[in-house]
Formats: sequence, structure tokens, C-alpha cells
Amino acid sequence: MSANEPILGGMAQTAADRSTPLLRPGNSNCGGCGMSVGLQFLSRAIAGTPVQLVIPACCAAVAAGPFPTSGYGAPVFSSTFASAAAVATGLAHVARLNGEKTRVVCFVGDGGTYDIGMATVSAAAERDEDLLYVCYDNEIYGNTGGQRSSATPRGATTTTTPRGSELEKKDILAIMAAHRVPYVASISLAHPDDALRKLRFALDAKGFRFVHMLAPCPTGWKSEPADSIELIRLAVRSGLYAVYEVFEGSRVVINVEPEHSDAALERYLGMQGRFRKSGVELASVRAGVERSWRELRARSALGGPG
Amino acid sequence: MTTELLSANHAAAAAAALAGRANRVGRGFGGGVYPITPQSECMERLCDERFDKGQVVRVESEHSAMAVCIGFSIAGARAFTASSSNGLAYMTENVFTAAMSRLPIVMMAVNRSLGPPWNIWAEHGDTLMLRDAGWVQLYCEDNQEVLDSILTAFRLAEDRRVLLPVMVCQDAFILSHTMTPTDVPSQETVDAFLPPLDLPHRLSDRPRTVGALDGPRETEVPRAEMQRAMDDVPRVYAEVQGAFEATFGRRLADPVVPYRMDDAEIALVSIGTTAATVRAVVDEARARGVRVGGVRIRMFRPFPEDTLRQLLSRCTRVGVLDRDLAPGQGGIVWSEVRPAAPQGSIVQNYIVGLGGGDIRPKDVARILDDLCARERAGKPQFVEVG
Ligand SMILES: Cc1ncc(C[n+]2csc(CCOP(=O)(O)OP(=O)(O)O)c2C)c(N)n1
Ligand code: SF4
Repeated sequence: MSANEPILGGMAQTAADRSTPLLRPGNSNCGGCGMSVGLQFLSRAIAGTPVQLVIPACCAAVAAGPFPTSGYGAPVFSSTFASAAAVATGLAHVARLNGEKTRVVCFVGDGGTYDIGMATVSAAAERDEDLLYVCYDNEIYGNTGGQRSSATPRGATTTTTPRGSELEKKDILAIMAAHRVPYVASISLAHPDDALRKLRFALDAKGFRFVHMLAPCPTGWKSEPADSIELIRLAVRSGLYAVYEVFEGSRVVINVEPEHSDAALERYLGMQGRFRKSGVELASVRAGVERSWRELRARSALGGPG
Repeated sequence: MTTELLSANHAAAAAAALAGRANRVGRGFGGGVYPITPQSECMERLCDERFDKGQVVRVESEHSAMAVCIGFSIAGARAFTASSSNGLAYMTENVFTAAMSRLPIVMMAVNRSLGPPWNIWAEHGDTLMLRDAGWVQLYCEDNQEVLDSILTAFRLAEDRRVLLPVMVCQDAFILSHTMTPTDVPSQETVDAFLPPLDLPHRLSDRPRTVGALDGPRETEVPRAEMQRAMDDVPRVYAEVQGAFEATFGRRLADPVVPYRMDDAEIALVSIGTTAATVRAVVDEARARGVRVGGVRIRMFRPFPEDTLRQLLSRCTRVGVLDRDLAPGQGGIVWSEVRPAAPQGSIVQNYIVGLGGGDIRPKDVARILDDLCARERAGKPQFVEVG
């Protein structure tokens, strides 16, 4: 374990937490679901701030459970698949027009963000709507049984790429940063202090804020539920998942320096049935990782006024 | 009140702005808007309006336009948008969501042909396609009726017994781009007519999921409630008519508008502006002693079957003019009117004026001649116009 990999002891419930957790116990998410962990982080970041959530069709919408119960400890509007950012736009304007402190948060999967909701997210970002958009990325359409999305990485088998996807994952952070919105960040579920700091900042900031989290999905990734956080640790250490933030579309700050470790990458791929099945070669994955880092370094070096 | 020379597009926008401002004492007003011919002038004018407590959002698609309205509405604000044709088709998913969420959103729809071929002229198939979406539908005959119907629509939609969205429909170009002197009420009278919206299920700070996953029972019950709300619409509409007349001094048209039907044995049924042409032909035929009348269906949802049954009860011949086509079935209006016509009567469908074909009195006169000469009803007939 390296210096920038804190242990997770600090995530236990404390007096500082909301009395009602954002994701309540007894919800229907699979064991080891990264999205569930992400919601715990978000819950702590939100603390006492009044929020309204917009969740489109995705696993997180299923987690709300059936009427009259609600898996969420906050008001939620469950929108159509492509519409989270547009419904949230309306909510945010009404809160503003009425002088309310409510923060509106979209909580959306990769399918609802990278694919069907792309135009909606892009437009809300371009309009700089005052909302926090959190994308939990399990790299598949989990809700419908694990089909590929444009967040599916090269080499991953899914129900629609049975021999492994041959396409490169979309660079959603670069896309969102190109909208020159106030804040874009990726957070690691294995780095709670960094993640919480950024979630709190994003919640408080004005205008459009975009936060991305890689969210292990044991069901789709064919991994052990207990390994989810370890997988994220390996993804960060190997350089596969870059943890950074972008202010106003220009100032790039890398929050966790990876080791670019091949051993970590090998373990990351080896621990997931979706990669074992396709037999994707480490070298081809490594090439994509290095290219992403070259691009990211170039952007961070260009930087902006500090 | 002032009288202005307005197109129906501008009349609709003026009404929406008045209704929006009336909710400044409530939670405000807003909506997403997106251009499409022949509706664009409505959303353009709305973008030029000023609101103390409102926001018009220029979105990237009709799908998002309705989604933004849903956001405004579920937060308790008054919401409005406008669209047409392919825009309505693109919006459809959220059109259903708005109704199933029981949101009193008002939409002005300009009836235009759905392509291909690309054709921007009048046809009713675009909104008739949405007749099953859970919206109240009103079809207008002139610009004043468009303005009055938008104001009425908010009052009707927001009534606790209804809580359903309302679509106000008008014919492409024939109304949307034709300017007529139109009475525009003052803000004070609209304020009096439209009390602030108080949405009982608005999203507040209480943990609750609106639109959660449900099983059959929890789906059946709210659907049955929608049907009951639709059943209440005619009664609430009649009350709104009373309030409208008391406030604005004008009579608002009925859900079904008969013309010289009292002793009619023959009826020509239509929606939208076709009814004006029908009236001219009825007058001309009456002068020759033909006992014919016209029936305009203004409210298509909920469908006024009982009223139609009464009006048509003495008719032996009913001609239904459809400016729409459901291929494989025929005219949509015809297929809905048929059960309301008397047993044994001849009910003939005429498909006329598709793609904006100019329906002239001589065309309707030919339809009437055909109807009078028939021994029995046949398949839907395509009537060439112009
Ligand atoms: C318009 C539309 N198309 C398809 C669906 C079916 N559908 C529901 S959720 C989903 C996938 C969601 O994937 P993602 O956003 O990645 O979230 P996840 O399920 O993985 O949490 C799909 C395809 C839908 N609800 N609406
Ligand atoms: S399928 Fe995956 S993302 Fe969905 S609840 Fe299960 S583990 Fe979580």
C-alpha cells in the first residue's frame, strides 16, 4: 500500500452524518455494489444540506424500491432515461426563484450519461445550470442485464460484446471539461478523504458541476463483492483510473499520482471475469492507459492561471 | 383588456405569459422551449417576455423541453411549452411521463404533418397520435379560441379533481400564422381567473420517490384514478366556462360545438378549422332544403361520446372528415365517432386535406353529395382537394 492510499476506517457512521442516510439499509442493490458506496460518500458530503435528487432509469432507480417505501432518505424524482439533467434544470430554477437553499443533484449511470443522456447533459452544462451531476460508472447497462455502453472499456465482455469490446472507452471528463463548466472531477471510492473533499466542494459550488466515479459492479464485472474497493485501488495505482479535477475547464489538478504499475493492472484484470473471459492482453490495455495519461499531462501542463 | 392583431402563435404565447405571471404569488413559472415550424413564433415570443418570477429555458430538444417542464411542475411552478409534428414525436416519452406524474403542464401544439415527406402544413395526426397519453386535448377553430383555451387549460389542469396536463391544438398556418384581432385580457383579470398553483404532490424536502418502481396493483390504481379524473373533466370544464364568462365577459366554446343540428338528419363531423368550412356548406345546403348540420369536436380527450350520441341521435347519415390517417384503420376521428352514431345510420369516413391540402367549400359540398347519395357506408374515402 502506498502513502496516498488511506484505509477506509473513517467511513463509519458518525454524529456528523445525516440522521437519515441517503441510501437506506434494506435496499435492493447487489452486495459489493460500488454505486452503493458512492451514495454513502455522497450522503456524508450532503450532511444537513437540503437536496433533491433526480435519478433516471438505471440501477440507482431500482434502489428506490416500490411505492410507498423509498430507498432514499431524500426527495427523489425518477425521470426518463435521457432526462435527468433537464428535469433537474426545472427543479433548480424553481428553488432559485423561491430563494430556497435546496441543492439539486442528478445521480445517473454511465448509460444515462455517456449514451442516451449525452445531449441533455451537454446542454445543461452549456447553459451552466446550477446543479451537481454525479455519474456512477459501472461501465455497462446494469439495469437491463449488463449490455455494453460507450463507457465499456476495451477487452470487457458484456452480454452484447461476448468476445470482449474492441472499442476505447469515451473520455467523459474531457468532454465535460470542454464545456468549460465551473467544476469537473473524478473520485476514487478507495480515497474517501479526497472524494469527500471534492464532493463537498462540488455540492457547494455554483453552476454546473460534474463528478464521475468508477463504480465496481460485481454482478456485471464478475468479481467478488468483497473486492470492489480493492479493484478501485488497483485501477488508480495502475493509472487506469485517473483521479483529478478541472476548474473552469482549464486548470487541471491531479489528485492522486499513480504508480503506473503493471502488477496492479494485471491483478485488476485478473480479478474480473469480464476480462478473464476475453483474454484481453495487458499490453493493449496499458497502451490506452498511457495515451490517456499523455493527454491528461498535456492538459494539466497547459493549465491556466493558478 | 386590449385588442391586438395577433397570430395564433403569438396569442398562445401571450396567454402563457399572462398565466405564468399570475403565478408570481405562487412558486413561479417556467418551461423548456425548442423551435419547429410552424410553432417557432410562439416560443420566440415567450423568450422575449419578462417574468418577475419565471424562467424560459432554451433547451436542445423537445424531449428535454418537456423534461424541463416536468422539473418546473413537480417543484410546484406553472409550466408551459409548445411544439408540433416531429417535435411532438420526439417528445413523446416525456409527454406520457407528464400525465402519469399528474402534472398540470400546458402545451400548445400546432397540428402539422409528420414526415416523410417533409411537409410543414396542417394535419391532425401528430396530436391525435398522443390521444392516449393521458392529456386533455382541446382543438381550436380561431385565434381567440387559442388564447382563451390556454388560459382555460391552466385552470382546468390545476383543478384538484383533474391534475392532468392539457394540450391546446391549432391548425398549422391556417391559425398559427394568420393574424386576426384578438382580445388580450389584462394581467389583473387573469390573476383573478387563475389562483396560484398548489400542487399537492410537489417535491419538497420530505424523503419520497416520485415515479418509483411499482408492481401491477400500484400501477392499476393510479391509472384508474386518471380515468376518474378524465371522467370529471366535463363537469369541471363547465364550471371553468362559468368562471371564464364571469371574469372575461366572453363565452368559452363547449366541448362539442353543434351547428344547425336541432332538426338535422345529416351531420358533418370535424375538428379544428375544417368546421368553419363545414358551416358555410351547411348554410348553402340548408338554403336548398337539405336538413344537414355540423358538429365540431373541440374536446377530443376526454372523448365526449355521450354528447355526440345525443347530438347525432336523429341522424341517418353521418360524414366524418379526418385530416389525419391511421394507415390500416382509416380516420382517427371517424373510428372514435362511429360508436356514438345511431344504430343503422350510414357513417362514412372522408380523409381530406392531408399535408395541408386546402379544404374548400366545394370539396365539402362534394362530400355532402356523396354522403346523401350513399346506400351504405364504405371504406374511408380519400377526397382530393384544390
Ligand atoms: C428510452 C429508454 N430506453 C431504454 C430503457 C431501458 N433501460 C433502463 S435502464 C437502462 C440501462 C441503464 O444503464 P446505466 O445508465 O449505465 O445505469 P446502470 O443500470 O448500469 O446503473 C436501459 C437500457 C429505458 N428505460 N428507456
Ligand atoms: S447490477 Fe451492478 S450496479 Fe447494479 S446494483 Fe448490482 S452491483 Fe450495483
